[in-house]
Amino acid sequence: MSKYYLLLCLPLLVLAQRAAAQDSSMLRLLNDSLDVNAGPQKVTGTFKATQIVNTPTIESPARHSLQFIIMHRFGKLNQGAYELFGLDNASIRFGLDYGLSDRLSVGIGRSSVDKAFDGNIKYKLLQQNDKNMPFSASIYGLITNYTQRYTDKPYLNARYRTGYTTELLLARKFTRALSLQLTPGWTHLNLVGTPEDKNDIFTLGIGGRMKITRRMSINAEYNWLPKNQVVSVDVHPSLSLGLDIETGGHVFQLVFSNSEGMVGPYYLTKTTGQWKNGDIFFGFNISRAFNWKKK
Amino acid sequence: MMKQLIMVLAIAAIAGTAKAQNYFTRSGFVGFYSTTSQESVKAENKQVYAVIDPTKKALAFTLLVKGFLFEKELMQQHFNENYAESDKYPKASFNGTMEGNIGTAPGEYPVQVNGQLTFHGVTKPVTMPATVTIQQGKLSAKGNFTVKPEDYNITIPALVREKIAKEIKVQVQADCLPSK
Repeated sequence: MSKYYLLLCLPLLVLAQRAAAQDSSMLRLLNDSLDVNAGPQKVTGTFKATQIVNTPTIESPARHSLQFIIMHRFGKLNQGAYELFGLDNASIRFGLDYGLSDRLSVGIGRSSVDKAFDGNIKYKLLQQNDKNMPFSASIYGLITNYTQRYTDKPYLNARYRTGYTTELLLARKFTRALSLQLTPGWTHLNLVGTPEDKNDIFTLGIGGRMKITRRMSINAEYNWLPKNQVVSVDVHPSLSLGLDIETGGHVFQLVFSNSEGMVGPYYLTKTTGQWKNGDIFFGFNISRAFNWKKK
Repeated sequence: MMKQLIMVLAIAAIAGTAKAQNYFTRSGFVGFYSTTSQESVKAENKQVYAVIDPTKKALAFTLLVKGFLFEKELMQQHFNENYAESDKYPKASFNGTMEGNIGTAPGEYPVQVNGQLTFHGVTKPVTMPATVTIQQGKLSAKGNFTVKPEDYNITIPALVREKIAKEIKVQVQADCLPSK
């Protein structure tokens, strides 16, 4: 008799289980199918802004969108109370960057330091995704030309005033909060101070961001400048810290840096300030994105 | 008597395992729309996986949140990074049942859909009026409903609160074919 009960119970059990599993199993099958068939997903939002502090990031303005950026640095903190700790002085860079495609962007800018104009191009070579590409890579090219008049140097023609920086930007978003970027760079200056100074200067930048909330992150970058390249001037590696605050189409960056210059040759090869001496420039970068896409 | 009862139960169990005809698609559509006087936001996902079983009146949808395409890329990035947190919650899904008569003959059948919507790690019940259309071996379902971002733990900062609607309209459409 007990054998019969067992037989009786089995199909009942099976039925009961099936009824309970019915709804979720349909969704589970669907989710499994999605997992199998979905292609690699782009990893986006590696950085909030197009620069860590001064160093360009792999981020560019979106296709057909225009970014206006104001970069601003006050004077040195160690200038004391008379100069209101640097706040009495300021240097500024205005920039416009435009996304020609998802991968290619171009930009122009003008800095008050040396009254320098600059033009840049950034192209994304590799895009990090969640399946088979562990990092993103971009190539960045910058040309600068300064227009500051030096009456004592009449020989300064346009060629002598021009410099170039080429950088390879290698970045990986490790977690939702942490992204790091390695930035080997090569700066070429058409004219340098003395014959001992090198025209071709190599640098290696390392930087990153750590999100502290969904809309804020702490940024840092260090640009190593190997010795014996710039010898006539006492220069130091550029070290900058920043705080990103993102609000809709704006990104605000509050920054502290030992560099006053905000474009390639200036912060990479002409940083005379040192953190330990209090040569710290406080400032900010503000960017605003405008959408250019026609409906 | 006992043997007959066992026979009946056994047959019932076997009948239960007999495969019902499901309808399936990988290219369903889900769009959401937020309209305020300041800003209109539109996002559409055309890679929605859907399965509908008209006999059991059950249906399920699933999609990758990153598949929502916005008109402005920056908006899409902010949606993924700050609102939907799609790295943490990559999928949104719906699992539900339909109330109402669904015939086998070609035609339109109005139904009431009740189910659970999971988005941003939160599962909430959702009901919506929907239409099931049957024509030549094809089954289409179409419906719309509204959701409140705060119900799904989506916090909207004060600065952009005026730009995002309190209630977001969601449209769903799936044209399914019989699955093998």
